[in-house]
Amino acid sequence: MEDLIKKRIKQVLKGDQSAFEEIVSLYQNRLYQVCYRMLGNRHEAEDITQEAFIRAYINLHTFDQKRKFSTWLYRIATNLCIDRIRKKKPDAFLDAPVPGTEGLDHYSSIAHDSPLPEEEVERMELQDRVQYEIGRLPDKYRSAIVLRYIEELPLQEISEILELPLGTVKTRIHRGREALRKQMKTL
Amino acid sequence: MKPCPEEIVRYMHDYLDGEITRRDEQILKDHLEKCPECQQHMDGLSRSVAFLKSAAPVAAPEGLSSSIMAALPKERQGAGVRRWFGRHPMLAAVAMFVLLAGVALLSNFHTEDQFAVSRQPNLVVEGNKVTVPEGQTVKGDLVVKNGELHIEGEVEGNVMVINGSKYMASTAVVTGQVEEINQAFEWLWYKIKSTVKDSVSFIKGDNGNGEE
Repeated sequence: MEDLIKKRIKQVLKGDQSAFEEIVSLYQNRLYQVCYRMLGNRHEAEDITQEAFIRAYINLHTFDQKRKFSTWLYRIATNLCIDRIRKKKPDAFLDAPVPGTEGLDHYSSIAHDSPLPEEEVERMELQDRVQYEIGRLPDKYRSAIVLRYIEELPLQEISEILELPLGTVKTRIHRGREALRKQMKTL
Repeated sequence: MKPCPEEIVRYMHDYLDGEITRRDEQILKDHLEKCPECQQHMDGLSRSVAFLKSAAPVAAPEGLSSSIMAALPKERQGAGVRRWFGRHPMLAAVAMFVLLAGVALLSNFHTEDQFAVSRQPNLVVEGNKVTVPEGQTVKGDLVVKNGELHIEGEVEGNVMVINGSKYMASTAVVTGQVEEINQAFEWLWYKIKSTVKDSVSFIKGDNGNGEE
């Protein structure tokens, strides 16, 4: 698999654009899924997936071929998603730490655009509910949680994708799980 | 009831990460058996994980890959050029400048290949032959492009022949400079010179009268 990808990458670098199509079809579902889970919107997910592949194509010469291609591709996509989420946030002050709190409850209560009333959440279909709860996670934890539990990637790879130390990734996943537990407990 | 040891919650997460040592796992199990609160905490975490794992796989919409391919920048041999540019940024900048300047000026040179002459009274124009008749005086600069210039009279100013020929009779008098430009390179040089001259005279607020 990786060998095939490296072969295609070399072809693209030599100017054969059509070799990129195979790369796209191999990774499009995984990338789209990450974007969709991060953004919670199909249209935006499609936009960002496309943008990620275009960036990968343009910057392919900067990819270190000794490394794993999917890690590099996931990194481009998650960075684009995080940028998009930040731009959507209505107020910058939401990022500010809240004195005297650990931040979790505060973050999780505002991470989603507008929290829904409890009865409405209870009526949700399971799949909508999953997406809704992921969307309520603070984006720091969301990317780690999505890569861990939706993409089922090993912690080491997540640390390379997010360019964070392994310990930080673990902490984010732990906090993400705790946040989710608290979100679910209220219902 | 005495408070639970701090590391219990950490063991729970280590367990969920699949990175717990046997010893810690035993401690966790023993603790959960006798502590309903921690058991509840553990259950909550396990439920959260199961809940996340219940997410159905999402497939990319149809046609995404073809719209991506269509949106790629169209440059097949671009990658190699870009890599070269990346390695030699200064050279690339110089090459780019020379290329652009050359293209801009040369394209001027080629598009202006029809016959042209400065509008001056007293000039006789037949086909692409321009004559300053004997005994007549042309006041101001005279420029002929892609034509033949015969000077028999007097020109009070500079004379310039671009891509053409010039014939001066013995009676001819030119008070300014006489220049002939036939090569693309000279044309380029002339363009650069006159641009500089123009901007200098513009700065001086001098309404260029053809005198140097």
